[in-house]
Amino acid sequence: MILEQLQVAPDDFEQRTGWSIKPQGACKGEMCVPLPPRKDVLLDVRVVADRLGMPLVADEPTGLWSLGPEASGQVLTSVEAPDLALPDLDGRVFHLRSLRGSKVLLLAWASW
Amino acid sequence: MWQELRTELHPAGLEIVTVALDTGGAEAARPWIEAAKPEHPALIDQAHVVDEMFGIVNVPSGVWIDEEGIIVRPPETAFPERTRFRDRPIPTDAPPGLRHRLELAKGIRVEPEKYIAALRDWVAHGSASRYALSPDEVLRRVGPRPMDAATAAAEFELGQHLYRLGRTDLAVGHFRQAHRLQPDNWTYRRQAWTLADPDQGPTDIYDSDWVRDVERIGPEHYYAPLEMG
Repeated sequence: MILEQLQVAPDDFEQRTGWSIKPQGACKGEMCVPLPPRKDVLLDVRVVADRLGMPLVADEPTGLWSLGPEASGQVLTSVEAPDLALPDLDGRVFHLRSLRGSKVLLLAWASW
Repeated sequence: MWQELRTELHPAGLEIVTVALDTGGAEAARPWIEAAKPEHPALIDQAHVVDEMFGIVNVPSGVWIDEEGIIVRPPETAFPERTRFRDRPIPTDAPPGLRHRLELAKGIRVEPEKYIAALRDWVAHGSASRYALSPDEVLRRVGPRPMDAATAAAEFELGQHLYRLGRTDLAVGHFRQAHRLQPDNWTYRRQAWTLADPDQGPTDIYDSDWVRDVERIGPEHYYAPLEMG
């Protein structure tokens, strides 16, 4: 997740990281990690990153930040496929979830 | 290649979704997709979201997802067929550099027959197929994400973002960090090398290149063997 500032809206954080911000803390699936109380609507990414074990990397010349996925856990926290949403060649966004009811072979390739 | 399999297996309940992991976006992937004329969704993952989401470290990689949206096989090497060049002799007039590259590529282990036979079995038998893995086995195979791998993902994302902003000068340092932190991730290396040289050859900006790294590990270790049981 690329950040221009270290305060983010909880909805943006959830959309990009899969962690939703609830009264009991940051939650993904059945797991919830308590967060300290906050006065602001926005999240302080440094605090959440620290609690969830997410690396926060800076690019000093541009002032940009990059928040990585949570470490020390599993790559997949659940076998339920994440709701991947990506565009096709024409920019139309396709949701993996729309294929419920079919078996799916998800195939990652590259032009390089 | 995948379209043929889709034609065969779609009536039996399989959909194929291809995802191009390309910092170059739709324009990089377009010629291949247009030539393949897929009837299935062919998506573009310019930010390499799928790599991080599923733990993909090389391409091509396939993931099986059942009718309920449950992953029954995590990422593993997925070739639809044996690429034809492997069975052809290397042209005698090929320049030495190309000849060496082709020799290495021929030594890479690919197991399309095994993979496609397992896929057909799963499409026919669903959860009764011995190739549909239990949730515990799926999670075990994907494994943990150590801090170095998580930091590599953050560095790679930053590198790509800076590259797209036209700041290649700044992107390279983050790509190099990603390579150092997660050396077994070929996706990070191949993508970054390609942005510097389409042939993934030696450059002044990276310490390694495709030929040198494949020589180092041995082409037979380029893809992990399929664990089909």
